[in-house]
Amino acid sequence: MKADGDILVTLAVQFAIMSLLALGGANAVVPEIHRQAVELRGWMNEREFTDMFAISQAAPGPNVMLVTLIGYHVAGFAGALVTTLAMCGPTAVLAHFLGRVWDRFKLAPWRVTVQAGLVPISVGLVGASAIVLTRAADRNWAAAVITAATAATAYWTRLSPLWLIGLAGLAGLAGLV
Amino acid sequence: MSETAASPSPPSSASPPPSAATPVPSHADLFLAFFKITLSGFGGTLPWTRRMFVEQKRWLTAEEFNDVYALCQFLPGPNIVNLTSVFGSRMRGATGAMAAWAGFLLLPFGLMVAAGVFYQHFGDAAAVRHVLGGVAPAAAGLIVATAAKMATPMFRSFGPAPFVLLATAFAIGLMRWPLVWVMLVMAPTSVALAWWMRR
Repeated sequence: MKADGDILVTLAVQFAIMSLLALGGANAVVPEIHRQAVELRGWMNEREFTDMFAISQAAPGPNVMLVTLIGYHVAGFAGALVTTLAMCGPTAVLAHFLGRVWDRFKLAPWRVTVQAGLVPISVGLVGASAIVLTRAADRNWAAAVITAATAATAYWTRLSPLWLIGLAGLAGLAGLV
Repeated sequence: MSETAASPSPPSSASPPPSAATPVPSHADLFLAFFKITLSGFGGTLPWTRRMFVEQKRWLTAEEFNDVYALCQFLPGPNIVNLTSVFGSRMRGATGAMAAWAGFLLLPFGLMVAAGVFYQHFGDAAAVRHVLGGVAPAAAGLIVATAAKMATPMFRSFGPAPFVLLATAFAIGLMRWPLVWVMLVMAPTSVALAWWMRR
C-alpha cells in the first residue's frame, strides 16, 4: 500500500486516540487495532494480524511495538514512525505533566476510587484481547491445542514465555500445525 | 539503606535527587540506561528496569520506584513507556523525559522496522509460514494466561469488579463494539460503582 497523506493522518489520529484509551497498556488495545486494521479498513487479513502480533511478542522490547509493525505494513517507514509516535507520544507527555503533581493527589480518595474503578476495565480489555487473538489464530485443532498448552503452562508455571514461543515455533517448523 | 526509613519524599516539584549519595543522571546517562534496558529486555522490560535503577545505579529507592510505577499504572498507554517519561522528567525535566523516552524506543523501533521489512519479503516463504503457524497460537495463549492471572484475584473479591470485567470483555471481545464508546460508558459506570462501594 502506498504511503499517501490520508493514510498517515488516519494512522496518527486512530493510534493517538487508542493510546489515551489504553488502560492497562498495549495488550488492552489489541482488539481495537484488530477492529480498525482488519474489520473496518481492510489494511490486512486475519492471518497477517496474528503473524504481526506473534512477531511483536517474540521480539525483545515492549509489547507496544506491535503498532510499529502494523504501521510499517500499512504505509512503510513513514507509517511505522507515525503509529509509534502516536501510540507512545501523547501519554508520555501526559506522564511528564502528571508526574509533577502526582505527590499532591496520589493519596487522595478520589484518585484511589478512580483507579479501583478502572482496574477491572483494564483486565476486561486484556480478556477481550485474548478472545480476539484466540479466534484469529486458532484456525485448526493443532493451533487450538498449542494455544491451550501455552496458556496452561504460562498460568501454572514460571517458565519463561520465550521457551514456549520457541517450542511452538519448532512445532510449526516440524509441520505439526 | 538509611533513606528508606526516612520520611516520605518531599512534595517539591523541583525534581529532587533520589538520595544524597547518588548523583543525578545526565541526559546521556538517561538515554544510555534505557537503551541498555531494551538490549536486555527479552521477555518483559520491567524487571530489568527495576534492577538497573534500584539495585545497580541506585537512582531510586525501592519505595520511589514503586511510587513511580503506581503513577504509570494510573496513566493510560504503555506503562513502561510512561515510566521512561516520568523518570526522565523527575531527573532532568522535559528534555530528560525525551532523552529517556528516545533511548528506550530507538532500538525496538529499528528492530520492528527490520522485522517489517523481513515479513514483507519473506512472510510467504514456506519455512516462515510454518514457524509463524506455531508461534501465533502460542502468542495468543500467552495473552490468555496474562488475562487469567489478572482476573483471578478480581473474582475472589466481593463487589462489582467481576461484572465490570466480564461486561468489558464481552463488549470489546465478542460484540466488537468501538473502544471509544465502550470506554465512555464503562469508565464512569465502574468508577461510580467503586465510589458507591467504598461508602
